[in-house]
Amino acid sequence: MTQLLIFDNIDEPGLNTLAVYERRGGYQSLRKALTFPPEAVLQEISDSGLRGRGGAGFRMGQKAGFLPKGDMPKYLTCNADESEPGTFKDREIMQKTPHMLIEGIVIACYGAAINEAFIYIRGEYQLQGDILEAAIQEAYAAGYVGTDILGSGHDLNLVLHRGAGAYICGEETALLDSLEGKRGNPRLKPPFPAIQGLYQGPTLINNVETLATVPHIIAMGGKRYAEIGTETSTGTKLVSVSGDVQRPGNYEVVLGTPSREIIYGLAGGPQPGREIKLWFPGGSSSPVLTGSDADLDLPYDFDTMAKAGTMLGSGAIIVVDDTHTVLEVMRKVAKFYAHESCGKCVPCREGTNWTVKMIDRIESGEATPMDLDLLASVQTEIIGNCLCVLGDAMAMPIGSMVEKFRSDLEAEVEAARERAGAGPMAEAIPVGVTDPVF
Amino acid sequence: MSALPRAGEDRPKVPRFGHGSRVPGWDEAVDLTKPPATIPDPALTEVPDDLREEIEAAMARYPDRRSAAIPALHAAQQRHGWCSPQAIAQAASVMRLTPAYLTSVATFYDMFAMAPKPKHDVYVCTNISCSLLGADELHETFLELAHDNPDLNVCSFECLGACDIGPMASINGEYVGPLTADDAKQIVEDLHAGRPVLEHKQLRFRRCADPNANRADAESGNPPTA
Repeated sequence: MTQLLIFDNIDEPGLNTLAVYERRGGYQSLRKALTFPPEAVLQEISDSGLRGRGGAGFRMGQKAGFLPKGDMPKYLTCNADESEPGTFKDREIMQKTPHMLIEGIVIACYGAAINEAFIYIRGEYQLQGDILEAAIQEAYAAGYVGTDILGSGHDLNLVLHRGAGAYICGEETALLDSLEGKRGNPRLKPPFPAIQGLYQGPTLINNVETLATVPHIIAMGGKRYAEIGTETSTGTKLVSVSGDVQRPGNYEVVLGTPSREIIYGLAGGPQPGREIKLWFPGGSSSPVLTGSDADLDLPYDFDTMAKAGTMLGSGAIIVVDDTHTVLEVMRKVAKFYAHESCGKCVPCREGTNWTVKMIDRIESGEATPMDLDLLASVQTEIIGNCLCVLGDAMAMPIGSMVEKFRSDLEAEVEAARERAGAGPMAEAIPVGVTDPVF
Repeated sequence: MSALPRAGEDRPKVPRFGHGSRVPGWDEAVDLTKPPATIPDPALTEVPDDLREEIEAAMARYPDRRSAAIPALHAAQQRHGWCSPQAIAQAASVMRLTPAYLTSVATFYDMFAMAPKPKHDVYVCTNISCSLLGADELHETFLELAHDNPDLNVCSFECLGACDIGPMASINGEYVGPLTADDAKQIVEDLHAGRPVLEHKQLRFRRCADPNANRADAESGNPPTA
């Protein structure tokens, strides 16, 4: 089923300018929203069942409902620090239709009575940052942002903030610290940002795609939006497909579309003659799925993925075909998280580093299959033991690869031993055992 | 000025300050009897007017001026080429923060260089999607090219958010891909000639891959251009 909301005629020339966006009916949703009382706007968002598109899949309406009522300064932060490996959907939105994002932000701020909003964009997105900056200036000039927006009495100050290259700043509390001008270290939760976030004020944090969906929800009505997709995963989702596929790119699909249709139908599947070995359904942080028919036939929505032991995450499908080894993929994933760990929590800082060392040990031919057990046990020690989920984000895919590709990995351990000329496995001393001490 | 260190080679020890050592013994152990480092005296720290204006404008945008730390460092790095002690001191003087504070922020982020770097940034994405398509070989190619072209700052970078054009690189901020070894040579030539790099492979001109995304495309039967 095809239904396009965000991507409808996305490559229309000049869509990044206000004139073209307005000609296409842009900012009409904002005008409509401003005729409602703020609570009604939030109600529409709640009715839509819109779930966060950044990774956690938390309902936006519920999150906005956590904000305390009252006159204290409240903030909205748009998370545009898109750094999850395999994810590049927000880039397309910000580059091609920045006003859709701005409109969504203004509507959300009106609904939640917020007067100060920030877009935290990753520093590497220079082009997208420049386009967004220009769009914000246009929106200010046209009165869609600023004081007394379209005569509604609502004020909003919108600031674009460029990051400087740190994956961890995509984590909501690290993002807040970074936005406050500090090193991007995650904070202890609770208090959650909705209660105490940016500058100690209540803060609503949402992903670019989530906010860009808001104008569509207002335009069509929350209840009608909820009819798209499945019961618990409503609407459409931008899916970034990359890796070993013939047509990598962003695709807008209705949630619940079979994964096979996305990977083979839209992205063209792997190169001719190759088979899918494994795929990440939601960025490199999600536990992997195999190329089996059972996995490929899974409907692509939040709950099905959770039931299959993985997650929809940011909606980034990374396909790995059979010309690559599982070990190679594992090493890339582990090295990334070891590099990006901020170092605040020990299980993550040490766990990611030791995982890389253990994988290197396998590659150098010194390991035995017992090392795989050790590797798996390190992952279980990381999960749930840190302030944020960066460590978990490595532990989940690595753990799932050891679990699902055990025989492949054992064969690779053997092959590496052979290459290195290490002795037969039976003579190898198990890890950690030198002399029996008892 | 002596040649800058090439990629892959050990970098020589960096003089703490360009004009010698303003703080003698900076590489010695901490002297606990000394008073703590303070905010640079605005009267003694010379800051270019445009840099001061840019940082002050950034500070004015936020409820808390400290939020401008990253924009200030970006601005300072742009003028000095790297986050040199002078650059940090100038930013700190305008922001009324200690240089130590700004150094602690700058060292956290990948885009701030804490040592002098060559002129042209070549960030090669070597994360998973790109590496499946040969990014590690591409990185090697760029490193080899950097040997004869000391003005290339070749780094392997984590996911740059352009896996659809993998293997890709960000050349002075311009995303290009998918790249081959020949493209790498072309990029170096373009950089030296001062041309836009590899224009036909720039991300800014790429159309959305979704076949349904563009009604005009669908009606004319043209597949989206890759």
